[in-house]
Amino acid sequence: MKRFWCLFFMFWPITAVIVCWLAPGWNWWFPQGPAGDGLASSPLGRRIDDLFYMILVITSITFVGTQVALGYVLFTGARRGDQPADAEEGEKAWYTHGSHNLEVMWSIVPAGILLFIALYQMDVWAEYRVRNEFPKQVQSGPLAEVTARQFEWRIRYPGLDEEGNPLPLMAEPQPTDLYTVNDLHLPSGKPVMINLRSADVQHSFFLPELRVKQDAVPGLVIPVWFETKKSANYALLCAELCGWGHYKMKARLVTQPEEEWRGWLRDLHAEQTDDGVPEQAE
Amino acid sequence: MSTAAPTTDDSHGHRQSAHGPDKLALLKKVPTFSTDHKVIGVQFLITTLFMLLVGGALALGVRWQLAFPWESMPLFGKLFAQQGGQVSPEFYTMLFTMHATVMIFLVIIPVLAGAFGNFLIPLMIGADDMAFPLLNALSYWFMWPAIACFGTSFFFGGGPAAGWTSYPVLSAVAQAAPGSGAAQTFWLIGVTFIGVSSMMGSINYMTTIINMRAPGMTLFRMPMTIWGMFITAILQAFALPVLTAAGFMLVAERVLGFTFFVPGGLVINNAAATVGGGQPLLWQHLFWFYSHPAVYIMLLPAMGMVSDMLSCMCRKPLFGYKPMVYSMSAIAGLGFIVWGHHMFASGMNPALGMTFMVSTMMIALPSAVKVFNWIGTMWGGRLQFNTVLLNSVAFVSMFIVGGLTGLFMAAVPVDIYIHDTYFIVAHFHYVLFGATLFGVFGAIHFWFPKMFGRMMNETVGKWHFILTFIGFNGTFFPMHLLGVAGMPRRYADPYLHPYLEHLLPMNQFMTVFAILMGFAQFLLLGNFLISIFAGKECDDNPWHANGLEWSAPSPPPHGNFPSVPIVYRGPYEYSSPDSPDGADYWPQTEPPRPAGEAAATSAALAPA
Repeated sequence: MKRFWCLFFMFWPITAVIVCWLAPGWNWWFPQGPAGDGLASSPLGRRIDDLFYMILVITSITFVGTQVALGYVLFTGARRGDQPADAEEGEKAWYTHGSHNLEVMWSIVPAGILLFIALYQMDVWAEYRVRNEFPKQVQSGPLAEVTARQFEWRIRYPGLDEEGNPLPLMAEPQPTDLYTVNDLHLPSGKPVMINLRSADVQHSFFLPELRVKQDAVPGLVIPVWFETKKSANYALLCAELCGWGHYKMKARLVTQPEEEWRGWLRDLHAEQTDDGVPEQAE
Repeated sequence: MSTAAPTTDDSHGHRQSAHGPDKLALLKKVPTFSTDHKVIGVQFLITTLFMLLVGGALALGVRWQLAFPWESMPLFGKLFAQQGGQVSPEFYTMLFTMHATVMIFLVIIPVLAGAFGNFLIPLMIGADDMAFPLLNALSYWFMWPAIACFGTSFFFGGGPAAGWTSYPVLSAVAQAAPGSGAAQTFWLIGVTFIGVSSMMGSINYMTTIINMRAPGMTLFRMPMTIWGMFITAILQAFALPVLTAAGFMLVAERVLGFTFFVPGGLVINNAAATVGGGQPLLWQHLFWFYSHPAVYIMLLPAMGMVSDMLSCMCRKPLFGYKPMVYSMSAIAGLGFIVWGHHMFASGMNPALGMTFMVSTMMIALPSAVKVFNWIGTMWGGRLQFNTVLLNSVAFVSMFIVGGLTGLFMAAVPVDIYIHDTYFIVAHFHYVLFGATLFGVFGAIHFWFPKMFGRMMNETVGKWHFILTFIGFNGTFFPMHLLGVAGMPRRYADPYLHPYLEHLLPMNQFMTVFAILMGFAQFLLLGNFLISIFAGKECDDNPWHANGLEWSAPSPPPHGNFPSVPIVYRGPYEYSSPDSPDGADYWPQTEPPRPAGEAAATSAALAPA
């Protein structure tokens, strides 16, 4: 029976490792994305994934190591436990209160590893969130403003000038602005920035395929930048509880080549400024 | 002492040694306003076990919806037949809100600090009761107004639904959700009552542990359980006022028209625009300033109890006692400067994100040291494979997972992706259920004989363990994968999003295991209740353990010890070569052999 318990405690970590090993093949891993390869669709997302895998390797080694150690002490302890407690020939437990050397070792080594993990993450974080570290292309300003509300995403684009080129996006809504709901269009192939706001409660702007997440906090305007290499449709959803319809905040991000995007804006402009009067009659 | 005298009044220090102590002495006093710490402990234990079932039922509601979205619930569906027995989205938000509320505030915190803290602290340090017995009783009875408030909240708009974190604006403005009306106010008042209850316990524990230790019970001879309780009490004393203040602020905002958290100009559900200049992130800071230390409040006592149980069941001294104490203290200290890791995605200053990342990474260190020491404790032991050991080993094994997955979310860039996904849900269930609750299950089996003078049934205990363990891993391990696949938390219907559609079968698999795990708890409850009356009778020290509590009768009479116990050594002297008669344990109260025969470990105590 004791062997059974030892095996029982070893069975589950082995299962866990096998399941994690097989998971990507069974599509239980990162979202497939438009490319269908399960890789992040943005360059920064790729680097986030790399960090994820680095931590996964470190934790897997630790996990396997500690579980093997646990298995060893269980099996050997079970053998000793078989023997009678007080009999002369019975082997007593090892009488020790610890080991100073071991304590020092297993404090310093993990401390070093943990500090390394923390410091190693800083660059990606800075690039993602620190304004001064944002890519040059987005320093000029946001291309759209995304306002979350119960339970949809309202998107405001700048209006177009005489030549049909987008104007800069103003902080406050302008009469020339263009609007869509749950349909965010942005150029692909270069870093782009949006401003994120909330009209009512807290929401969170989540692009799983791009590994982007940022809370939309009422009263704050938060810039978010990302880049898609591929022109495609991406899922956009809410990741912060915002009420009963939290799960319904389904939207899409459509990225397209810059020219196509401008064309789409012009179409939107035409649609939204259409007063229904045929042009000849004006 | 008690106001309503039960039939067997064994107060005033009279031991019923002639017929052995009345085994039901504690149980009989449960329905009274007793000030005896043991009765209060048992009151807490029975209340929290009942609440465990309530919280579990709410969780099964969540699991039902995730596995069979929008389908009528069998059996329980009759309770909400007006909505066709289906889980509606607002009902779903209530389910997970109240599941967390019940489990955290009415199960985990009170079962650790309330039940075991009360029962064990005076017994383990050799005191006759708590320093403030009346305050102690109040701390239990203050749970009931909280339970009443939470219960009442269900009758307003279907119950609070802003999550247990209750982030404003959702929780601050009545129009924001059906449950954000009076229900949310009741919820906040309930949490305040629980806070007051915890605070009374915390002051009591600190005072008792500092002032009422038996002669010879130096700080470094205290069992790890007591260290866990002591450090938890300190955490509560320093962290709770912040939550209480935040709760009052939110109530004031909701009821009196103050503006702390809600900014102006929000149009919520087409109501008139809000007026004010509040800041929602303020709540998050205040809330997590309490609630992150609270995570350790929900863990440290269990760590302490597991240390004691492992040492006893391996018949071996605790490996690295002082490093264990220091790492517990380090966890508590660092626990106050890591709260921001819950807010990496919130939009707070990114420089803060970096500092919180470093402090959060470093808090993994003392946890790692503790794991190594637990394995060290088992190393070379003579393992007694009983329910207590199995649950304790499960604690260690599960805590390793919960601790390691914590590293992913401590790393800010990785957290950007996994924040608010099921990865987080997996992580904290591995800590709070996998570690804490398995520790509690072990502790119930371990100290049950002291409470009722009888043993719990081993066979049932092992079945409960094996089913819970399998059910637990089947439910929560796949959540890691759901999180990596990007499935957000708190979604009534994740499958609305095409990239999550294929996760339905996995969710159904998990729900089957969750139901298995849920039903397994009836084994525990049945075993507990039946063993009180029909368990195998046992003597005062059935585990051959060293702690002071085992030198008292089972159950201990009012006043606990026949005379003031004198402590000669630490609580972990198992298999000592110096112990008399070759026994593999050496109780703390047993005097050392006369000088010259053995090295006395308590020279400081020897009378001059």
